[in-house]
Amino acid sequence: MSVSPRKAKRRIPRRMIWGVLVVGIVVFLAMAINRLGRSVVYYWGPSELRSAGDQAVGASIRLGGRVVPGSVDKREKDTLMFDVSDNRSTIRVRTRATPPQMFREGIGVVVEGTLGRDGVFDGARLLVSHGNEYRQPRNGEKIDMRQLMRSTEGLETPEQGRRP
Amino acid sequence: MFQMRPLVTLIVSGALLLIIGSSIGLLAAPAERYMGDVQRIMYIHVPCAWMALLAFSYAFVSALFYLLYGGWRHDARLEAALEAGAIYSLLLCLQGALWAKPTWGVYWAWDPRLTTTAIMMFGFGGIIALRGFVREPTRRARWSAVAAIIAFVNVPLVYFSVRLWGSLHQLQSGPRSIAGPFLVPLGLNALGLVLLTSGLMGIRARAAWLRRERKMGPEAPDERRPLEPPVKESGGDA
Repeated sequence: MSVSPRKAKRRIPRRMIWGVLVVGIVVFLAMAINRLGRSVVYYWGPSELRSAGDQAVGASIRLGGRVVPGSVDKREKDTLMFDVSDNRSTIRVRTRATPPQMFREGIGVVVEGTLGRDGVFDGARLLVSHGNEYRQPRNGEKIDMRQLMRSTEGLETPEQGRRP
Repeated sequence: MFQMRPLVTLIVSGALLLIIGSSIGLLAAPAERYMGDVQRIMYIHVPCAWMALLAFSYAFVSALFYLLYGGWRHDARLEAALEAGAIYSLLLCLQGALWAKPTWGVYWAWDPRLTTTAIMMFGFGGIIALRGFVREPTRRARWSAVAAIIAFVNVPLVYFSVRLWGSLHQLQSGPRSIAGPFLVPLGLNALGLVLLTSGLMGIRARAAWLRRERKMGPEAPDERRPLEPPVKESGGDA
């Protein structure tokens, strides 16, 4: 057959071709992901939201940051208000969602909702994002689950979190 | 190759460590200060995450070795690692959902860590399906090896996703971010799971190896290097 002389001539080993192919694919994907990494974020911080100005108003946005200590306000019935900060800017959040049991002052949150004209962020969904720190109780301190779940106190209205 | 006795030793010692570690984690270790008892799921969630990443990395290395050097043992190891990794990813997602509901407030969110983990699970799960579709062993080994290498690109992303994009999921934990009493059960369980999985994967690879051998007969010397043109003289392995 005419195949054998062609085969005998081939100098490049096949595994080299495989290797080049694999390296090529990996490099291409790495570059694609690198570009993606720069343009995609899971949530915006308050300062990014502020700098977007009017463009941010009305759009569906995830706002992430820390709950400013002392800002949590549960006076209005069924409504929770607090400030979210990224240490540069602060945005007031108003939500009727039931906070998860981890919700407390100083903890990280991600709020899904829209920024209103009044500059207050209307949260439809409130998620808590805790840090990677795991601390043991102080000496003699008892961990009481009821105590930990007090974040929802005064907000116990069933089906609150599920807005249409 | 694939001796049974050391594999059984690995499995037994791994299972013992898991039992000890989990007992300490569930009974002796204190509850976390802010999360309470919920945090105890960490003692199995984090080792499962490490195992899933490790198993897929092992699959990647096996795939690379198969393509570069040939040899059915690499294909057998790839098969074992794919299945172990897929099981751990599934466990990981289920445990994560259980942990996420009381802490974050939702079972699932399309957060970078969770999304890349789901891609990893379905990607490698798809390769297992691919292996089921391809009957011819050489073709199956080659295709799944290439697919495993492509799917592996996502594995470092799973690990670094929490830093790359900002996520709902917490950053990686380390000895400095975890209090001492929590580290003991975590470490024991991680080591136990590594030993247990190594043993089980060894047995699984052995089964794959034997199954191929029964179908195709013993490995011929030239099958060791299926990707190179036949060597004319001195075919011995260096």
